[in-house]
Amino acid sequence: MSALLDVSGVTLRYKTPSVLVTATDRVSFQVNQSDRFVLLGPSGCGKSTLLKAVGGYMSPSEGKIRIKGREVTEPGADRMMVFQEFDQLLPWKTVLENVMFPLLVARKLPRKEAEDRARAYIEKVNLTRAIESYPHTLSGGMKQRVAIARGMAMEPDILLMDEPFAALDALTRRTCQDELLQLWEDTKFTVMFVTHSIAEAIKIGNRILLLSPHPGRVKAEVNDVDRVSPTDGSAGQLEKHIHDLLFADEAVH
Amino acid sequence: MSNAQIVMRADTGAARPHTGEVERKLGALELAWGNGFVRKTVIIIFLGIVWEAYGRYLDNPLLFPTLSDTLVTLADRVADGTLPLRAWTSLKVLLMGYVSGVVIAAVLTILAINTRIGTDFLETMTAMFNPLPAIALLPLALIWFGLGNGSLVFILIHSVLWAVALNTHSGFLGVSQTLRMVGRNYGLKGLSYVFKILVPAAFPSILTGLKIGWAFAWRTLIAAELVFGVSSGQGGLGWFIFENRNLLDIPSVFAGLLTVIIIGLTVENLIFRTIERRTIRKWGLQN
Repeated sequence: MSALLDVSGVTLRYKTPSVLVTATDRVSFQVNQSDRFVLLGPSGCGKSTLLKAVGGYMSPSEGKIRIKGREVTEPGADRMMVFQEFDQLLPWKTVLENVMFPLLVARKLPRKEAEDRARAYIEKVNLTRAIESYPHTLSGGMKQRVAIARGMAMEPDILLMDEPFAALDALTRRTCQDELLQLWEDTKFTVMFVTHSIAEAIKIGNRILLLSPHPGRVKAEVNDVDRVSPTDGSAGQLEKHIHDLLFADEAVH
Repeated sequence: MSNAQIVMRADTGAARPHTGEVERKLGALELAWGNGFVRKTVIIIFLGIVWEAYGRYLDNPLLFPTLSDTLVTLADRVADGTLPLRAWTSLKVLLMGYVSGVVIAAVLTILAINTRIGTDFLETMTAMFNPLPAIALLPLALIWFGLGNGSLVFILIHSVLWAVALNTHSGFLGVSQTLRMVGRNYGLKGLSYVFKILVPAAFPSILTGLKIGWAFAWRTLIAAELVFGVSSGQGGLGWFIFENRNLLDIPSVFAGLLTVIIIGLTVENLIFRTIERRTIRKWGLQN
């Protein structure tokens, strides 16, 4: 079976006013259907940049990104993004309209069908009571759940999540992680998830790509993450192992 | 094995009666004072009383007629149809200039947001022309377009265009990176990206621009009418003021000025407030 997303030898560079920064250096990996693929690494490892490149917001200076065999050249609704920032919802639309909007403009669904689908996904993230609210009246956690519903309602090839829970308080973050896993159990969507928290990576992912910083390179790939369990201590061991891997270089100094 | 202890407290929950006052209805006076409209009316009534008192003290209708004289004249002039006709003449020209100015501003800003040379063009033009009072162009406009609405519309466009374009453009630039990425994620491009993402996201700035443009247009028009007055036998409000000053009918001059103020207040409070309430306040972009 060929991979859903194929990133091969991707080097990403971007310019700041004074320097040319190499964010990632010849990174390769593959994401399969229904993977919960986590990009994990310290800041400066280019994980967010890599996600933006898959989103089509920047093009690699070397290598290719292919999704279902098509080369990624520009942003598109087949790769829905969920951002970290709370202002990602359109403030002039209600929760329902926010979820419907991409269905109408990108999927060109008829209004009725878009509304039914939007309602169904809002129900899935337990926000039916806030369906007519404007985003500024919602809490941070609710906004992120709307963004997730909006992404999932599009039923994209892959859902790209850029540290979606990083700005939430610890309790809300745990609830949101559990909900995301529950949603995945229901629909088995493919998701690529960026985080800098090892615990979150282990909780969310079934595969983890470890990146090292300056420039971002693939350090290791962890498979079958979902076999570890938090109750028997195996998750804790894996967390320690990953921690040691990521900070091995620093220990040498 | 030692465990942490959890001691449940019995005295929480709904069963406990309220000890203090949680909600209290506000009194009628407090409610009224909380309403901005009421407070502003009080200010206007106060100013009216000061006007009336000073007018009576001065007792010189040629210099400073009282409020009551002015209101009587205003009522007379409205009743005989002069003022509504003059106001309508002014408003027609004003709307022509305002709408054209806003449309040109929209075209320039859309070009500016999509191309770099457009940005440079808009920035240079605004820097050059925004500080130039529109009325200063009137002598030139009279030569180019003659004595008539053409000249008025020309200077009106000039007074509206730069204020609206400047505000809209800075509003577009202020749209957050995240919202831009969301818009592009939906595959929106070109005009649909501008109208579905940028315009609503920058709406607070756009509305400010429209309000400033409206005020600029209104005062430019009245000033221009004072300078060259009448065209095709039918002047506007500015001409009405000028004409009555020449006839030394000062209460009518005041009535004309009052009409200008009333129209300004009405547009601000009815039209722009309603738009504000239905859009940016509802969306939480303004408190």
